[in-house]
Amino acid sequence: MPIQVRIPSVLRRQTGGDESIALEGKTLGEVLDGLETRYEGLRGKLRGPRGELRRFVNIYVNDNDVRLLDGSTTPVTDGDEVTIIPAVAGG
Amino acid sequence: MSYVKGLRCRECRAESSIAPRSICEECFGPLEVTYDYEALSRSFGRDSVAARPGSMWRYRELLPVEGGDILGREVGFTPLLRAGRLAERLGLDELYIKNDAVNYPTLSFKDRVVSVALTKAREFGMTTVGCASTGNLANAVAAQGVRHGFATCILVPEDLETAKILGTTVYGARLVGVRGDYDQVNRLCSQIADRYGWGIVNVNLRPFYGEGSKTVGYEIAEQLGWRRPAHLVCCMAGGSLLTKIGKAFEELTRLGWIDEGRTRLYGAQAAGCNPIAAAVKDGSGEIRPVKARTVAKSLAIGNPADGYYAARAIRDSGGWAEDVGDDQIVDGIRLLAETEGIFAETAGGVTVAVARKLVDLDRIPRHEPVVLVITGNGLKTTEAIVSTAAAYPVIEPRLEAFERIVTDAAVPAAMSSVSDAPPPSLPAFPSSGRPAPAAPLSSGPAR
Repeated sequence: MPIQVRIPSVLRRQTGGDESIALEGKTLGEVLDGLETRYEGLRGKLRGPRGELRRFVNIYVNDNDVRLLDGSTTPVTDGDEVTIIPAVAGG
Repeated sequence: MSYVKGLRCRECRAESSIAPRSICEECFGPLEVTYDYEALSRSFGRDSVAARPGSMWRYRELLPVEGGDILGREVGFTPLLRAGRLAERLGLDELYIKNDAVNYPTLSFKDRVVSVALTKAREFGMTTVGCASTGNLANAVAAQGVRHGFATCILVPEDLETAKILGTTVYGARLVGVRGDYDQVNRLCSQIADRYGWGIVNVNLRPFYGEGSKTVGYEIAEQLGWRRPAHLVCCMAGGSLLTKIGKAFEELTRLGWIDEGRTRLYGAQAAGCNPIAAAVKDGSGEIRPVKARTVAKSLAIGNPADGYYAARAIRDSGGWAEDVGDDQIVDGIRLLAETEGIFAETAGGVTVAVARKLVDLDRIPRHEPVVLVITGNGLKTTEAIVSTAAAYPVIEPRLEAFERIVTDAAVPAAMSSVSDAPPPSLPAFPSSGRPAPAAPLSSGPAR
């Protein structure tokens, strides 16, 4: 059972309209590597040159903000859900 | 006439047309409304403002709306009070309170942002509006949404104060409680906005919504006689209000309505949820999200959307940020109430307590004008202070019973006959919970 990645509408131009994508990986970073390999247009959108998450992107593993976990090195296992959401909302 | 030009990304400056969207497609940065200030300054001056009714819409040329109906014409223009008694307690010479605890219709500054957001929702042809909220925004969307004929969908953390829940459901608004904290509610709301065509005021209507907060700054400047305050203290949840007040002063300077100069901005947070204050204090300006844990639920946003910009606005202004614990927050509520007769919610307690801390730390000088922004009403967060409420005597309806609790008070001679003298003051009951030793009823003028 792979890891399910949910793509927000603002990024679906880069994914050809795909909203939910199944990928493999042991860490969040590996999953994002896989995502950028499949959709070249996403490269540079989610992570900066040193692999750091961009300021205006929030990524969640299941219910948890990865900035409160271990960022790109956060471990993921089969059945986990990775959700990408633009950060500027609320308040 | 509208002076709105379009939307522009705060980060990469990419421009786009006015539409219900809040995120730059290029870099995910926040979109911001741009105006034609030159055209505006040619046809509109501060004298035109003064002739208009007392509401936030007296500045409508500086708000992102077109020529159609304004929803919420009554909102705003709340009092700015000179706060001499609180100033004395804080050790300040000149202090003012901007009191949005009495905003119309739902007693918080959120009435302003919702008025703009719903006006835009109507322009965009939307029929359902909603929000993610810690309570005050829920109340504002519910009341104004219902009044203006929108269907509503309001999401809140399930553990909110009773009055904030009632103050939403009473209007017949659709309220959904979410098992989780505000940041989780907010994430869900982003997904809902992404899937449905609704106007989620602080998601896809956010660039317009946020502009409503500027009116707090315009009003303060006008009420000070078209002056900037030297120092302004404001609570921070998402960080938008403080950022927009700073923007308001910059705009008024650009228009020549106030002098150039500086307003030092000071951000106030609770110690149990202080990501913006921490970013200011450690000098990094980078927001590290926290799990919020504070009595000030309206400020419990662990991952603040405008945190980065608020921290930058504070640093650029030469201001500072601080945070205070729950006990200090409750003390702050009581201090404001006991000195100025203003009952603020927990966020106001944060603002007052942080102001006190900043003065004590010599961050705020004692001899320059200071404004505190009070954003919400204490009747909505009574849970926070009910355990410390002053005890008071309950007596039989007889004069002897009354006199038993003011035992050493002598009845003044004037009381026994008709007199034009003002009634004597009653002894005060201090907050310790016990009646004060009664002062002689005839002593001194009422205070």
